Amino acid sequence: MCLAIPGKIVEFVPGQTQLGTVEVTGVRRKVDLGLLQDDMPMIGDWVLIHVGFAMTKISEQDAMEQMHLLHMLGETEQAIEEVRGYGLEERGEHMNGSPRLS
Amino acid sequence: MRYVDEFRDPELITRASEEIYRLADPARHYRIMEVCGGHTHAIYRFGLKDVLPSNIELIHGPGCPVCVLPMGRIDDGLAVARNANVIFAAFGDMMRVPGAHGSPLEHKARGTDVRIVYSPADALQIARRNRDRHVMFFAIGFETTAPSTALTLMRAKAEGIANFSVFCNHVTIIPAIRAILDSPDMRLDAFIGPGHVSTVIGCRPYEWIARNEGKPVVTSGFEPLDLLQSIVMLLRQLQAGEARVENQYKRVVPWEGNRAALKAMAEVFQLRPYFEWRGLGFISQSALKIRDEYAEWDAEQRFPIPGTRVTDPKAAQCGEVLKGVLKPAQCKLFGNECTPEHPIGALMVSSEGSCAAYYNYEHRKAVAMVTSISSVA
Repeated sequence: MCLAIPGKIVEFVPGQTQLGTVEVTGVRRKVDLGLLQDDMPMIGDWVLIHVGFAMTKISEQDAMEQMHLLHMLGETEQAIEEVRGYGLEERGEHMNGSPRLS
Repeated sequence: MRYVDEFRDPELITRASEEIYRLADPARHYRIMEVCGGHTHAIYRFGLKDVLPSNIELIHGPGCPVCVLPMGRIDDGLAVARNANVIFAAFGDMMRVPGAHGSPLEHKARGTDVRIVYSPADALQIARRNRDRHVMFFAIGFETTAPSTALTLMRAKAEGIANFSVFCNHVTIIPAIRAILDSPDMRLDAFIGPGHVSTVIGCRPYEWIARNEGKPVVTSGFEPLDLLQSIVMLLRQLQAGEARVENQYKRVVPWEGNRAALKAMAEVFQLRPYFEWRGLGFISQSALKIRDEYAEWDAEQRFPIPGTRVTDPKAAQCGEVLKGVLKPAQCKLFGNECTPEHPIGALMVSSEGSCAAYYNYEHRKAVAMVTSISSVA
């Protein structure tokens, strides 16, 4: 629950302004962007995700470092599992991409 | 330096460690509390104790939400879940946490509809898809998680989703720090402030600790170098006789916090007059309740709640460990009756609890060493 997972915004969900699709090491899932409404990210921006909500914008380098940290803490798989588990998708289908654990 | 090979820049780690040795007055003993459970986990995982002088003692703070939740609250939540029409949704961290009548996972095995979710928004999605059932999200967490619950409730209200509620156990970090500082058996020199909580609340809420209590606070990132740099910053202040709030984690933590997140919390939550913390007892204005405007989505208002109180076993010394008076291994139950597989006390439950972190990294290492020595002998 306390994991902060870096993700890259790859698209916005049409008609649902509060939702964006992020990519996390090859996995694409929808996350809620409502907590960044004062400083909305753009396509290509990186964010830190906490329990399915983008919490803060970060640089690409910080995103890489955060991924490295999760790896060092032995939490990469847990992070991927969490991202895959976000049930914001319609009928819970898995979007393209399989986990790339590095 | 157990994990030094994994560090991206071992040379910077060495330099930070040398700077800490240079700054630390050998005539002094420093007690520095890391408030956040994520920091506790990182400190043990990276073996940071090994690169610190022996007169710097890291005290593990109360920032593990699973650990500080009183057992009675779990029992209360599960009492609602036993209603056949209710789906009980909670984060995976909660699933193994024992209540007096078993954990959520054990209830699931007995037929209660218990679902693991990764986000409060997922719980709301389950409600959208199961209009004939009631979905209760069992919410825990500090200010890092509370805004997400708040936003989820705002969405539920806006969409008029009537078959959804939240059993709110959100707590706030500042009153817990105050309770620890007010504790008569506590002596601390400085604080490593939480990283992700601070992305929401910013750094200002810690200013009273520096101003009124004369203790430096540095909000910190989670990497080994972040933590060592934070200790350097704290020691510099202590050496200069200063007490300020500094932000080591600037790349993620804005000084003013996240205004949208704070606004969502203020819209949905108000402070409870008091709330019980496992190991720390009742702390006034330390937890959030759902405002009357959202009463329809408040599980505590929709369902009869037993108000269970469960006293922790007397032999468990969680309170003393939580306040840093005892080290995990000094508790009588540690490693014997109380292990991560069979947690008795709160701090053994979550990987971010200091007892579990100590057990997983220090205790297992020591046991392995003893085994290898005896096998050689």
